[in-house]
Amino acid sequence: MSKVRVLVGTRKGAFVLASDGKRQRWEISGPHFGGWEIYHLKGSPVDPNRLYASQSTGWYGQLIQRSNDGGQTWEPVNNKFVYDGVTGTHQWYDGTPHPWEFKRVWHLEPSLNDPDTVYAGVEDAALFRSTDGGNSWHELAGLRGHGSGPRWQPGAGGMCLHTIVLDPTKPGRMFIAISAAGAFRSDDAGQTWQPINRGLVSQMMPDPTAEVGHCVHRIAMHRSRPNVLFMQKHWDVMRSDNAGDTWQEVSGNLPTDFGFVIDVHSHEPETIYVVPIKSDSEHYPPDGKLRVYRSRTGGNEWEELTQGLPQANCYVNVLRDAMAVDSLDKCGVYFGTTGGQVYASANAGDSWAPIARDLPGVLSVEVQTLS
Amino acid sequence: MIRVVLPAHLRILARVDGEVKLQVDGPATLRSVLDALEAAYPPLGGTLRDYTTGQRRPFVRFFACEEDWSHESPDTPLPEAVATGAEPLLIVGAIAGG
Repeated sequence: MSKVRVLVGTRKGAFVLASDGKRQRWEISGPHFGGWEIYHLKGSPVDPNRLYASQSTGWYGQLIQRSNDGGQTWEPVNNKFVYDGVTGTHQWYDGTPHPWEFKRVWHLEPSLNDPDTVYAGVEDAALFRSTDGGNSWHELAGLRGHGSGPRWQPGAGGMCLHTIVLDPTKPGRMFIAISAAGAFRSDDAGQTWQPINRGLVSQMMPDPTAEVGHCVHRIAMHRSRPNVLFMQKHWDVMRSDNAGDTWQEVSGNLPTDFGFVIDVHSHEPETIYVVPIKSDSEHYPPDGKLRVYRSRTGGNEWEELTQGLPQANCYVNVLRDAMAVDSLDKCGVYFGTTGGQVYASANAGDSWAPIARDLPGVLSVEVQTLS
Repeated sequence: MIRVVLPAHLRILARVDGEVKLQVDGPATLRSVLDALEAAYPPLGGTLRDYTTGQRRPFVRFFACEEDWSHESPDTPLPEAVATGAEPLLIVGAIAGG
């Protein structure tokens, strides 16, 4: 029988939640690395027992942990992230040039076909790759050297490369997103990059349609249609049908088009999920009601999903890496909140239940479907 | 042997209990002790000093013989009592919060 493993990164450690395919009873292990911020942990698609975790604190910096047994035991691997070549500058909050400074790893994306290859998206924004299971890291410097780097600027959370999406059909094609620079695509395994922000409109920018500078929060893709991308931007939910060459808004009837997460149903490539959040600055659900919105039409037409979710006095946030889906039938959908709850739906979002209630604030959620 | 006391999180990371004992060749300085510490316990690399700048992390403190050595040059010889192992070098995670 299939099993599901949910990997949860929080402000104070990592947790691993496990269930059988019914997804009704959950066992929780953790905290792993108690007291440390775990921005993200994720498993290899080709070796589900190979996990990578980003562990950091303001005291002792960045660590990378690796597990070869599905998170039961861990070992620290290399944590040396050094920018390649001349460091250069990006734009600081006040508009002045500011040197690139490594702060932390936001996102770890294991390769689709090699458990020892993993990508790391870091703050200040850059992309690193390891091809030896995390024992060494090398920057794919073509991204930072694209030419627009001096115009990138930090968002409120820092200048982070937070999203890495690998194309399962075109070796070498990948997409990344940076707050606040925008989305970029590489077709040569990360050697060269082009910004893919045409169609994005960001009114907080002097030029709302500039090539770079957009605050992209998250990009999602369905494996069967890698040219179709969905984006939750700071404001606006967007889609692209040409691998990011152009984007169109699909916010439709959402109560607010601000949010962080976006994900795609594992079997229905036109079914997508977002969690609308009130902003600017509030960053909690509108009207204190925690609602997931689902579109079965690839955007524009949205239905609210509320069954099992708090519909009064709920003021949590759902951060950009904190939603994931499993590949069971029916599709399971999972998300974590800054209030420490992890909600799961075993029926594609029709109803929800908390599978963990009182964890530290959740930073990331990933799901593994195990046979 | 030089004795070093690590903060709790780094003892877990290094998988040690209690004090660490290090053989340091040449003068005992913060730099030579930290170099020896990281060589003996590679997971501690980068946790006390920034890899790029070599600077002490802001919330890390070094105490020896009831004195704060955090702002001393990394090449200043440590007190004789630390060099002989009579006293430990304390590595402390600064109290920070509200």
